Amino acid sequence: MGRIQLKQVKKAFGDVVVIPPLDLEINDGEFVVFVGPSGCGKSTLLRLIAGLEDTTSGNIEIDGEDATGLPPAKRGLAMVFQSYALYPHMSVRKNIAFPLKMAGMEQGEQDRRITQAAAALNLTDYLERRPGQLSGGQRQRVAIGRAIVREPAAFLFDEPLSNLDAALRVGMRMEISELHKKLDTTMIYVTHDQVEAMTMADKIVVLQAGYIEQVGSPLELYRAPRNKFVAGFIGSPKMNLLEGPEAAKLGVHTMGIRPEHIDISTTEGAWTGTIGVAEHLGSDTFMHIHGIPGCDPMTVRAGGEFTVKHGDTVYLTPQAEHIHKFDDKGLRVP
Amino acid sequence: MARAITPRKKIMWTALAWSLGLLIFFPILWTFLTSFKTEATAISDPPVWFFFDWTTENYRAVLERSNYPLALTNSIIIAVGSTLLGIIIAVPAAWAMAFVPGKRTKDVLLWMLSTKMLPAVGVLYPMVLIAKFFDVLDSRILLVVVLMLINLPIIVWMLYTYFREIPGEILEASRMDGAGLKNEIIYVLMPMALPGIASTILLNIILAWNEAFWTILLTTVDAAPLTKFIASFSAPEGLFYAKLSAASIMAIAPILIMGWFSQKQLVRGLTFGAVK
Repeated sequence: MGRIQLKQVKKAFGDVVVIPPLDLEINDGEFVVFVGPSGCGKSTLLRLIAGLEDTTSGNIEIDGEDATGLPPAKRGLAMVFQSYALYPHMSVRKNIAFPLKMAGMEQGEQDRRITQAAAALNLTDYLERRPGQLSGGQRQRVAIGRAIVREPAAFLFDEPLSNLDAALRVGMRMEISELHKKLDTTMIYVTHDQVEAMTMADKIVVLQAGYIEQVGSPLELYRAPRNKFVAGFIGSPKMNLLEGPEAAKLGVHTMGIRPEHIDISTTEGAWTGTIGVAEHLGSDTFMHIHGIPGCDPMTVRAGGEFTVKHGDTVYLTPQAEHIHKFDDKGLRVP
Repeated sequence: MARAITPRKKIMWTALAWSLGLLIFFPILWTFLTSFKTEATAISDPPVWFFFDWTTENYRAVLERSNYPLALTNSIIIAVGSTLLGIIIAVPAAWAMAFVPGKRTKDVLLWMLSTKMLPAVGVLYPMVLIAKFFDVLDSRILLVVVLMLINLPIIVWMLYTYFREIPGEILEASRMDGAGLKNEIIYVLMPMALPGIASTILLNIILAWNEAFWTILLTTVDAAPLTKFIASFSAPEGLFYAKLSAASIMAIAPILIMGWFSQKQLVRGLTFGAVK
């Protein structure tokens, strides 16, 4: 079981309020991602759940029981850190065994679980090595192994992939997703990378300055962002936000349109602009178009075969069904 | 940027380093030589260097006249005991200051260091009164406690410097893994800080071994360590340079040998944190 409820949880360091009182419910077995720009309080929130930081006020309940005052060791949660935080003086085997040893588990059961975890994470050949002799990806696996052996109520991940190179990151992302499918245990994952959030999460929690901006499934957030911040944060490249005459035509303060929801033509369209930088990725071409009133430059996605040159004139037409509207407070207008 | 060192410069610096080293080592060398002279040769003018009748008479006399084994035992018990007691107290203190510092942690550290600036003689009288009150004058336990108190600031400072080099996330990981404070310190912090703790222990054994003010003033016979043993060969019995030298060599030999074998650890310990 791993149901976690935050009730009016608040965190302040001295006079600085990092997390204003917030409520959040995480259901058993859910993969929840906290995402937001750096300094938004997502890591602090995770550390509050872990018990590594004390709440200033409010309650944290794990499986219906108040855990607010419990030390981390007593909460039954496991955590994977950004720096891996392996014990450098212990072999891989001892690292993985550490939580079991702390729990006072008998040796036979310890060995059985370590063997099982090592096999699942491709670590069998490295069990006698020290963390210093492993690559980044292997270290991350050891950290995950250390977390899974004790069969915790929930896993907490604090930006676990940010120290890995891009290729490895994609691989580990899938491994963690698969692990979640297999274990069916609650996972809370903190990242500043919206791609990780979109690809892994059942539920995304978008945070800014300690406030929850929106909670929802990846596609809910993509299709109906509650405000301009979420609209700009979820989706890559970012949504274009237009103010001024184009928005006024719709009777709103800001109009939003994603790069992939704009039709581009060399002959006719609603808006006229000139090509600035064009990024050819092979599968797609991202173009920065200048000259559209209220949004300069505007980003547009076209197919990989679309060939244009710097300075060419192009015509753009937003797809009407994908237009997002926001009022002067930045909130979504239906 | 590599700096060019000419052979001439190299010879100059080498010579300078050797001269400095010999200058510092000279008193020990002279004491060593004197300890093998007769009392007459020891005070001869001009002094004799190497060509005299070497004799071990002084060592025999010193061993006969006083209880060297007892003094040695006392020194070992006092130096090792005070250091270990200090470590037991300092580890949690340094842990708290390194990993959960408060607003006043820096002030506390400075305050602790400031106690080292106090002249020891300033608290001699109260110390003697307290010892008398508890009836522990001339006891090993008193010396263990007093020397521990005197060196505690240094032990805490050294451990604090080492602990600060350890990433806090690893300690947090151990907490997440179910370790309480005791297990966190025993299984994670101490093994990771072991080189630092070893240096601290070595340095403090040396400091306690050489401490002369309190060890001489608070002991008479039963708890008298080697410092008192040396002192007993000076003033009261007149000027017996050769015997005094023999006693000195016997007193410093154990610590000198220990220092020799742990040189690498000591140098690393003393420069740790200075170059990062």
